[in-house]
Amino acid sequence: MSGITAYGAYIPRTRLLKSAIADANDWFDASLRGLAKGERSVCNWDEDTITMAVEAGQDCLSVLDAGSVNALYLASTTLPFLDRQNSVVVSQALNLGDHLRTMDVAASQRAATSALITMLESGAAAKGNALLLASEHRRSKCGSRAEMLWGDGAAAVAVGNEDVIAEYLGSETYVTDFVDHYRGEDSTLDYEWEERWIRDEGFMKSVPLAVNRLLEKTGVKASEIAHFVLATDQGRTPAAVAKAIGIAADAVADNHIGNLGVTGVAHPILLLTEVLEKARAGDLILLTGFGQGTDAVLLRATDAIAARRPKTGFSGALARRREDANYNRFLSFNNLVDREVGKRGELDKQSYLAAMYRRKDLLTGFIGGKCRSCGTVQIPKEKYCVNPECGGLDSQDDHPMSAVKGRVMTWTADRLTFDWNPPAYFGLVEFEGGGRLMMDFTEVEPGTMDTGVEVSVHFRIRQFDNQRGFRKYFWKATPAQQ
Amino acid sequence: MASGIKDKVVILGMGCSKFGERWDASPADLMSEAFEEGLADAGIDKNQIEMAWFGAGIDAYNVGSSAMPLSIALRLPNIPVTKVENMCATGTEAFRGAVYAVASGACDIALALGVEKLKDVGYGGLPQRTRGVENDMYWPNLSAPGAFAQLASGYRAKHGVDKADLKRAMAHISVKSHANGAKNPKAHLQREITEEQAINAPYIAEPIGLFDCCGVSDGAACAIVCTPEIARALGKADLVSVKALQLAASNGEEGGFSKWDGSYLKTTRIAAQRAYDEAGIRNPRAEVSMTEVHDCFSITELVTMEDLQLSDEGQAVRDVLNGDFDANGRIPCQIDGGLKCFGHPIGASGMRMIYENYLQFYGRAGDRQLKDPRLALNHNLGGFPHQNICSISIIGRYE
Repeated sequence: MSGITAYGAYIPRTRLLKSAIADANDWFDASLRGLAKGERSVCNWDEDTITMAVEAGQDCLSVLDAGSVNALYLASTTLPFLDRQNSVVVSQALNLGDHLRTMDVAASQRAATSALITMLESGAAAKGNALLLASEHRRSKCGSRAEMLWGDGAAAVAVGNEDVIAEYLGSETYVTDFVDHYRGEDSTLDYEWEERWIRDEGFMKSVPLAVNRLLEKTGVKASEIAHFVLATDQGRTPAAVAKAIGIAADAVADNHIGNLGVTGVAHPILLLTEVLEKARAGDLILLTGFGQGTDAVLLRATDAIAARRPKTGFSGALARRREDANYNRFLSFNNLVDREVGKRGELDKQSYLAAMYRRKDLLTGFIGGKCRSCGTVQIPKEKYCVNPECGGLDSQDDHPMSAVKGRVMTWTADRLTFDWNPPAYFGLVEFEGGGRLMMDFTEVEPGTMDTGVEVSVHFRIRQFDNQRGFRKYFWKATPAQQ
Repeated sequence: MASGIKDKVVILGMGCSKFGERWDASPADLMSEAFEEGLADAGIDKNQIEMAWFGAGIDAYNVGSSAMPLSIALRLPNIPVTKVENMCATGTEAFRGAVYAVASGACDIALALGVEKLKDVGYGGLPQRTRGVENDMYWPNLSAPGAFAQLASGYRAKHGVDKADLKRAMAHISVKSHANGAKNPKAHLQREITEEQAINAPYIAEPIGLFDCCGVSDGAACAIVCTPEIARALGKADLVSVKALQLAASNGEEGGFSKWDGSYLKTTRIAAQRAYDEAGIRNPRAEVSMTEVHDCFSITELVTMEDLQLSDEGQAVRDVLNGDFDANGRIPCQIDGGLKCFGHPIGASGMRMIYENYLQFYGRAGDRQLKDPRLALNHNLGGFPHQNICSISIIGRYE
């Protein structure tokens, strides 16, 4: 039996109140007020498709042996690099080693479902597991419908033959060059066509076509479907499509437009992770992906489903939130306004690629050293052991520390230095089992930081080099209880 | 066993420019201003200087690299000039080079001059700059106040000090230094402040507020040094000599090994003990008459009082609030106003401190003159609490 063996989810903690979007924009478009219900997820300034994929991957690996992963696919239309394999960055941040297949899948809202079908069909996971990470951080025009309805997020599913929690029953794809929206190589924002046309000529025709082919092929009746995933920012469309196919109304998965927003390529997989959290053994799950046609995948939950829940999962990720009513900050984080950053923000941020490559284990993997002579853990790993009683030369083995908790020793909130979201929190972190590092903190709630606070580390953007179109990543500490 | 530097070298003359936002003064102007004063004070001719050490901290925003800026600015007669840089210890490092040259017998008279032009940068605070290719990849983008503010969190955690009490002691330090600086015509900031002002000022880096920070200034200072014999031969009486020159550099242990608790400066403790040993000081509290310490931030001065053994561990808050280091206290600290009022032109600061020692020993300190000072300790700290360079010089009457 092959199918889904594990899953994980990540939703940025920040939730922008939609009323803030309406407050800032309804002078121009009064119709926005009607959409201003609830909130949407928003990337922090130091989050992007890569960092969210790493988080979702870590959640998935909380129930999956990293050593079993032999392929990693990253699906997104918002990959930070057009030519530098993004999935490799993610795989190294997840410490998946150097012996696996990696691939970026892009250019359509069904990139993730298409990748999943390829993984399931190709038998790529004959041995071990293949990991699919779907992640999206779409920018949208100021005051647009998209700004109201979209969110940022990432999800992970693993495909394999052992410990299957949702058995693969079959898939179908209907292909047509239906252009409901597009983004050309020279633009950063989408251009969309009329919503009603997309509904009538797109969803209502394309999805039933693919689904009916699949139901026919697998001999399953529409009424037997327990969970139907159709990701869309059109609130009423999934129910209408379900009705047209004959799927029960209560099988339709909620798109969470009001408390998350539609997370693009990640959304079908993110909704699937919620379904997997809720599904009972034997439930039939129909996953679709819409974009230049429709992907349809049929799965059946197994007896193992209840036992393999990730650490955070969709419900945990959705519950972990902080409200933000500052629309201006959202615009700044998404580079939609030309913000005065002060002269300290002008420092040249050239990335020295040779040095970066030399330090990649530290920078991407958060790998320190453990001394063979005295057992001292240290980060970074250097030539001589840091223990003054030891000082061993070349005595350290690699010691991955990205999963190790730490405690804050010293800290401050710096308002002088440049930061995209001042004050800049940083400090000295002492890790469990040894090793300490002066490092950046991220997403610290005012008034919560103190010596002794427990922290976990997260892969984040450290700096943008806007002059050369590069971005650097490193690990930052965040209060573990947040 | 090395005999140390004690009493081998004396100060023949010193000069110090006016510190401040010297918009119209170039680095060469500042160097000349300090040098002409020092030369006149020494009573020698420029051509009698045989070697020079030049301190400048931040190349990119200052005079550029190498010794040439000094040699060209002063039109030195092609003598050996060495440029030194060691963060905030740079000024003291230039002094150390010149003193060691004289002590070694390599030359009779040597010049040490430090300069920094910070106010060409276009914004307040020290210039934002690279920390090196690899360090820039993962070090926090920490400012100087951001680095030193962390001492407060470490100190509070170690000694269980209440936030408000620590802040009040920090404020006392700044109020005291402003009161001293108000009496110093060469200081950048020459006005008194109140404790309320200091406590209520906006945060720069929690818990460091605006008045917990030293100024940012342009300035230069210099010393001309020689042996006691030569000074006497040149007619100088009541000599002032170098008693100790020590430096301690972090090796990464504080920031990388699980031992240091973040509440003190390991290097200061090491350098201080070595300096006391070198100067033959057994009881610093009884023997040291005055200190000029690296008060880049008020919290640094507070912690340094313990690291120099002038307060018991955990008692600096009490001692500071008790006025122990005020102008009329048991060991006045920053009697010239300190970095607080002079600002911190990096290359110059170490020698600006020694300049105040020198004025005090010769009774030339005007309204802030102390009664019969015997030994003065100067302290610089460059870098961050978890990894830094500490320099200590002890200067005293040659007896």
